[in-house]
Amino acid sequence: MLGPVLFFVFAVLALVGALGMLIARNPVVSALWMVMNLFSIACLYLTLNAQFIALIQILVYAGAIMVLFLFVIMLLNLGEVPRIPAFDWRKGVTFLLGVAVLAQILYVVALGLDVAPAVAVTEAEEAANGTAAAVGVVLFTRYAFALQIIGVLLLAATIGAVLLAKKRFV
Amino acid sequence: MEITLNWYLSLSAVLFVIGVLGVLLRRNAIIIFLSVELMLNAVNLTLVAFSQAFADVDGLVLVFFVMSVAAAEAAVGLAIVIALFRNKTTVDVNEMSLFRG
Repeated sequence: MLGPVLFFVFAVLALVGALGMLIARNPVVSALWMVMNLFSIACLYLTLNAQFIALIQILVYAGAIMVLFLFVIMLLNLGEVPRIPAFDWRKGVTFLLGVAVLAQILYVVALGLDVAPAVAVTEAEEAANGTAAAVGVVLFTRYAFALQIIGVLLLAATIGAVLLAKKRFV
Repeated sequence: MEITLNWYLSLSAVLFVIGVLGVLLRRNAIIIFLSVELMLNAVNLTLVAFSQAFADVDGLVLVFFVMSVAAAEAAVGLAIVIALFRNKTTVDVNEMSLFRG
């Protein structure tokens, strides 16, 4: 059975990517770790039979958004952050806060969400659910209005970005 | 053994908390943005896992919308970072005290 093996491989890769993004001192290295994380999550989508989402994850996230991030980091010519020698007690408190949040979420997952679907979902249903055709049908009928709003939002974001990045701002 | 919904939810929780720690610990505005993207990804993973567990396509449509909003957010956010860098020549959020007068 290949399923569990694939899940664990890509889960570990995603975690390594996320931790690398958090720890790396150089912003470029940080962004590249993030690309690895995004690719692993795309592969996890494939293990869930969501081909369409996996493809736009790679195209939009790993392709477009991360290139934008790398471009801005290179444009600003950011160097490495200086290492802070002494232990910062605020970082310790922050870390404990993060562990507390994680414990809460995992507690909720372990406690209440052992839900099974009312009607058992077959493999074929799962596979049909993740195709571009299945998503497209719903997207262009029930969510057609929301889709148009997203179009307006992207246009507004483009105009806003151009205005913000212009030389003479304010 | 079989990989159930809870495995995906737990992985998503861990990724989300790494994103939270990134926002709280790092002082570089661009890394903070990357951490926000990581949190959005963790939530996307949850949505896809639920969507496939219940064979309901609505979750996938929601992921599509989250990705669109993330793209818009990245464009505007990075433009703000560039505008701030022009004025302050730094992206360290500790140096940003515009609202403090």
